[in-house]
Formats: sequence, structure tokens, C-alpha cells
Amino acid sequence: MNKDKITLCEELADIMPPEYHELVETATYGKEGRGWKDIGSSKELIEQHSLCAGCPESIAFRYILASLPAPENTVFVGSTGCTSLVFPHVAVQNIHSLFGNQNAIASGLKRTLKRRFPDVEKDVVVLAGDGATVDIGLDMTMQSWFRQEKFTTICFDNELYANTGGQESGLMQKGFVAKMAPAGKNFDKVRLPEIAREAGCHYVAMLTVSKPNRVEKAIRQAVMIAREIGPTYVQLYTPCILEIGKQSMEGLDEMKDAESIGGRFVMKEYISDQAQQLIDDMEAEEKAKKKAAKEAKKAKKPVSA
Amino acid sequence: MNKPVASPNRVIKSQHVKLGTKNKMDQTYTDINTMFYDAERTPSFMTGSEVIRQAIKVASVGTSVAYPITPQSEAAALIGELYSEGYLEEYFRGESEFAVMGQCAGAAFGGHRVFTTTAGPGTLRAMENFPMWAGSRLPIQVCVTMRGVNSPLSIQPDTLEASYLLETGMLMWHAETAQDLYDFILKGFIVAEQPDVHIPIATMCDGFFVTHTKDTVMLPPENLCLTPYDPYKSPVPCMDMECPPIRMMRDPFVMKSNYISYSTHASWQQEVRAAVERSRKHTIPLLDGLIDVENIDREILLVSSGTAVSQGREAIRLLEEEGIKVGLVKIKTIRPFPHEEIKEATKRAKHIFVPEFNMAGWLAREIKAIVPNNERVVAGPHVAGGMTMPSEVIVEEIKKYLGIEVARK
Repeated sequence: MNKDKITLCEELADIMPPEYHELVETATYGKEGRGWKDIGSSKELIEQHSLCAGCPESIAFRYILASLPAPENTVFVGSTGCTSLVFPHVAVQNIHSLFGNQNAIASGLKRTLKRRFPDVEKDVVVLAGDGATVDIGLDMTMQSWFRQEKFTTICFDNELYANTGGQESGLMQKGFVAKMAPAGKNFDKVRLPEIAREAGCHYVAMLTVSKPNRVEKAIRQAVMIAREIGPTYVQLYTPCILEIGKQSMEGLDEMKDAESIGGRFVMKEYISDQAQQLIDDMEAEEKAKKKAAKEAKKAKKPVSA
Repeated sequence: MNKPVASPNRVIKSQHVKLGTKNKMDQTYTDINTMFYDAERTPSFMTGSEVIRQAIKVASVGTSVAYPITPQSEAAALIGELYSEGYLEEYFRGESEFAVMGQCAGAAFGGHRVFTTTAGPGTLRAMENFPMWAGSRLPIQVCVTMRGVNSPLSIQPDTLEASYLLETGMLMWHAETAQDLYDFILKGFIVAEQPDVHIPIATMCDGFFVTHTKDTVMLPPENLCLTPYDPYKSPVPCMDMECPPIRMMRDPFVMKSNYISYSTHASWQQEVRAAVERSRKHTIPLLDGLIDVENIDREILLVSSGTAVSQGREAIRLLEEEGIKVGLVKIKTIRPFPHEEIKEATKRAKHIFVPEFNMAGWLAREIKAIVPNNERVVAGPHVAGGMTMPSEVIVEEIKKYLGIEVARK
């Protein structure tokens, strides 16, 4: 897609809502080097959200949408849960079909887009909660990795079933007392990042969304590696402040605590050799570009007498 | 009803830009009318599974996803061979029927013509996907080679699974023979993909009886194929980021426990059902009506679908030898259900027998629900668990029933 496709015809422009005009005028579709720093100076691809006030998922959504390398050619696949309440507000095409089948949908979608648009990179990104990714959908999540399907899976890990009211999930910590775990969960948090690595993911990252630059880098790398090499997985801690008894302003502190030394979400990454090579190449290219830009700028400067 | 329709007016002629051009397999993209009514057809003797392969070979299918389950495994594998020859763009084995139907949905969301096959327990495992396909307006075709769904394990033919599909919002066509199956698969794509229909279709046949027996089938030349699916004629956007991706709604309907939510969901369900009804006008000319009839002026009628119709034909011949005259109604489309056609065809009948290959008698229930004086409908005979239904069983049922009536007098 390019912006021509969303540009308004003059006759109908006056009846379209202002948010649409902003999207046409300042959204960063097609902008090279887009990232979280565009937030505030350009139209975001998420209009608003219907999550709880202060929910870390909402900021995760904003960072992810700002960090996609090519939103104009990206399709999201979601699943049932809190995330499915947000997708209707997002200006990137997205599919909600059922609960847990997101990686099956993405497999068919990615292969079809590859065939239909052999000369355009159409990225497919799955974004689902931990219930969808790890419990009901684990079979399809892992099978897509075994098959080396070339798309990114992002899991919003809030360590429980938030949308249905705080029930135990596989990613919940051991011992946590929740609905359906009245005496505390009696098995460990499922180690999906390790499982992802063993199942064939070329890039795995687990982190919180407290630091936008980290989220941007992880998302960008995950999408680029999925595009070029094979499946990638990003697990983001987005605590459900409502269900763990926090106030709406406490989400950030909760994430910072969880990622401090000894915490459950100390950032970790697994990168295959092939993926590391791609990251190195991308970084070298970026550096060369910056250098060239700097030199061009220098050359333009008038030489002082 | 069953009025012959002249060839040029059968269905809207394909407007596809590729019409008349060739694909990489040297097949010419051809309008369905030309393929079925103008091109010369030649006889072939083959199994139902091979017939499915022959149909898909000329169907310009983009994606097919496979999973083994008897009795559709052979057909699904034969489609794999077509893929390796270059007739399909994408083909792979999924991990379960639930996943396969999701993978099919993904491919259809992305703009491909999609075909898959399943059977019995596979149909039930995949069930959650079918209303999702319909609600998402995905014109996927699933060929259901029906078999038992009961426990203990059965791989035998049984049409019970069709009853579970009745309210999914899919079109359902029930083939009697291998010829029907071939025709239904190709015509099914065309009807399901019409912009005012655009919903999934289940082309159903009775497992083993159709899939594993050989029959003579008249086939159009292999160097003709259907024009491709055009995803931009869909009534909902194709998910390829080639049309404006602007947010779809102000608030997700699921969050609105109010009038907006209720009316949105209610009207969407009505729309899916209306799309099923709108398929009639495309289906009637292509299938020569939703039902076939023979001698419906007789007092006794057999009304059925699938291979029970074939058994019925033989039963009619046997009864005729004894001087008992029986007429026949063959139902081709279960959804849309031919209400008016069946009512009209059975209006003179005093006894309507509905032989079925299942215990539940779902077809008899459907018929009872729409005909006046439905005490005329006799639900049966039934066989289940994979038994064949000898024509003599139908003969006995009719004679027994008539005998009881005579005795009462």
C-alpha cells in the first residue's frame, strides 16, 4: 500500500473525520527509519484504546505500531482477549478469527501474500495474549515454528487470562493465587522463550515494555529476521494491573521491578547464527548510511574563509 | 422449478481480466458456462478421490491445506501431487483439522481461492472454524467425504456429520455420484465467490460409496480451467494492505452490551443467511434446479440426498415390478434448503419416504418442517455405522408401511 490509496477525493474530504485527515497527512506509512521517537510528532497508527486506564498493553501497542519497519505492508493477526478490543482502533489491517488459532491463520496468510506479491515484502505479525499463545494455541504456535513459517509472533504476557477476569494461565508464576488456582498455581511459569528457541525460532526476545528503545529494537529485529530467515518470537511483559491489585499509575514500576536483577523479566534474547549475521549486516548498513549522511551534510556546509 | 435455462444466461459471465489467457500449465482461463455447456466432454472411469483431483486440476486453486483422515486422505494427497506438478500455488499438511481450517482461513483472508477436504471426526474437530468462515465471508470450499463420528472408532460411511453443519452459515451441496461431485466442486467455487454470496461451501459426498468406487464421469478438456478468484470483488476487504486499513469501528462490538452490539450481531447473522438465500439465483441455472424430480404425480415419493437417492432409484425399479409406482425427489442443495421446490414437488404425494445413511434422520426433520400435512413424511429407512442400504430395505419399508395402513382399514 502507499498513501495514494488512502488519500481522499476532494468531494468527500469534508465529511471525513479529522483523525482520517491526520492519518493521510502525518502518519508514518512508508517512512524510512520510523520508530518510537515519532510518537508525539506524527499521527500514530492507533487512534485510541479500549483497555483499562494505565494498562501497559496500551503503551506496548503504541511502541509496536511505531516500530514496525513497514506498516503499509503489514497485516496483524490477533486472537480473542484484551488485544482484540484494541485492534478495531488500529490503522493496519488485522484479522481476528478465533481464540488460539492465530498462528494457523498467519501461516496461511503469509504464504498467500508471498505468492500474490512476489516482489513486495508483506509482513505478517501475530499479536496475542499468553492464554492464546501458550495454552489454547500452543500446538499451532509451535507447529508454525517447526514449519519455519516466516512471520513474527508477539505474546503480551500478563501472566493470566485478563479479559475473562483473572484466571490462571500457563505463563502465570508458580504459587500465584488466582481464579481457577484457588490454592495457588502449582507448576512453574512455562518457559516459552526456551521452547521457542528449541522449536526453531531464529530470534527470541523476552522483555518488559518499560523502555521504548528496547521494544523498538526487538520488534524491528524480529520482523526483519522473520522476513528474511524464519520464525521469530517476542514475549513482552504487560502486567494486568487490575488483576494483580495495582493502581493505574503503577504499571511502569511493576515492569521495572520485574526486569531488575533476579526478576522474572530480566531481558533475554536468543539469536541464531544466521539471524546474528543479518543483524550485523543491518547495523553495518545503518552505520554506513549515517556516515554518508554526515559526510553529505559536511560537504554542503560552506567552507569558511 | 427445473426449467431448462439457455446456456448464455446460466450465470453471470466471468469478467476476469485473465479470461481467455493461458496459465503457466498451458490451461486457458475459461468461463464456467463454456466449460460445462459448450466444451466437449469425454468419459473417464475413475474413483471419487480421482474425480476430486480432476476437478481441482482445472479449478485455479491458490491454496490447499491437507490433513490425513479416512476416507479423504487419498484425495488430499492427490491434490499434493497436483501442487508438485504446478497446478496449485500453495499446499502443505497442517497439524489438525482445527489448524487446517484456520490455515485455509488465513489463505482466504489473503486473497487466494482455497480448497480443502475433511471427514467425520475431522469435520467435528474443525467445527469452530465453519461459522467463523461464514461470518468472515470467506468463500472457502471444503469437500466433506462423510463418515461416522461415533465412538467406538468407525471409519465407515455415515451422513450424521452433515447435521452439525446445517446452521454454520455455509452453503451445503450433497453429491449423489462422482459426476455430481465433479460438477459441484467447480460450480461451487463460482456460486460461493459471487459478490452477493461470498460465503463458504461444503461440497459433501458419502464417504467410500463415492470416494472409493469407480464410476464413469464426463469431463471437459484439461486444457481449460476456471478464471481465478478475484479478492477485490469480496464484500469485505481482503487482508493484504492494498486497500485503506483505516480502523473498522469506533469501539469493538464485543464491548458494547447495548443496542448497537445486539443489532450489529443480529444483522450480521441475518446477512450471512441472506447470502445463502441469494445463492439460489446462481445455483438454480448452474445445477438445473436445487432438486431433481421423477414421476412426482405418484402417491408415493422417495425424497432424499446423496447415495440414498441411488439406492432409491433401484428400489423404485423393484417396486415397479410388483406394480407399486413410486416417484423420486433428489435434493441437491441442503443449504439453501429447497423449501418451495420440495413443497411443490410433494404436494400430490400421500406418502413421503426419506431414506438416510444416519440414525438421526436430519433430512426427514428438515422436510417435515416445511411440508403441509407432515404426517405424510416417513423418516426412514435409516442405516448407520457404515452399513449399506440395500434397495430391498427401502422396498420393505414402503411395503411394510403400506401393509400396516391396509390392515388398519
